Amino acid sequence: MLTINDRDRVDWKPGMTVRDVLDAMGYSYPLITVSVNGQVVDREEYDHFPVPDGAQISVFHLAHGG
Amino acid sequence: MTDASDAQLFARNVPGLTQRLQRAVVGIAGLGGLGSNVAVALTRAGVGTLILADDDHVALPDLNRQYYFQTDVGRHKVEALSAHLRAINPDLRIVSHLVRLTPETITGSFAAAELLIEAFDQAESKQWLIETWCRSYPRRPIVCASGLAGYGKTDQLRVRSAGRLYLCGDEESDQHLGLCSARVAIVANMQANVAIELLMEAT
Repeated sequence: MLTINDRDRVDWKPGMTVRDVLDAMGYSYPLITVSVNGQVVDREEYDHFPVPDGAQISVFHLAHGG
Repeated sequence: MTDASDAQLFARNVPGLTQRLQRAVVGIAGLGGLGSNVAVALTRAGVGTLILADDDHVALPDLNRQYYFQTDVGRHKVEALSAHLRAINPDLRIVSHLVRLTPETITGSFAAAELLIEAFDQAESKQWLIETWCRSYPRRPIVCASGLAGYGKTDQLRVRSAGRLYLCGDEESDQHLGLCSARVAIVANMQANVAIELLMEAT
């Protein structure tokens, strides 16, 4: 089982990547930062970065403005 | 400045804060609505060294939220802000980079920073900055902002963190709403407040 943003749960499957988690959550917005167990993952690595069972995943939305 | 005037400047500070923060080196990437206000808050808190980076000039539309004045229009932000910060604390050490920040220049510009403030305006820039910093300096905190446009909705502003990444704002309100002084400054000061807390914990 994976926990997303301390709130949502997603069933873990062997070989799961960051992209699989984002797809399972229905996240299609491109301007995000994702961390897996506290480690920020480069967006180029989403398709390959392995997500272990029990991982805590954070997805941060990045909005324009400063 | 004498030690006596230094003590006067920070006489109302939280006990113990100034002594630690005087040793701190904080980087600020971008000197707009977020970065200029963060810099002022950190200077008043007693941070000893700020590394400032921006390649932009002050323009009149910046003055609704950024820490500049009519007489600054046309000046480089690094120069104008450095003058304002020294007018608060003449002993502040400032390292300024008049440079376009890119994934290539970011790590060198802030190599000496123990903590980085992300203060960009474009979300794409926030994204590469976070990724580059966390890859290059995984043990050093980065304090970011996302979702600060509009006005009101104060209770929706929050801090979320994962590892060494801290993000202030509502992660939703986009600049197409317009940018207003109060809400931008709240989030800038949230960033400064998080940074101070992290620096104190690192003592």
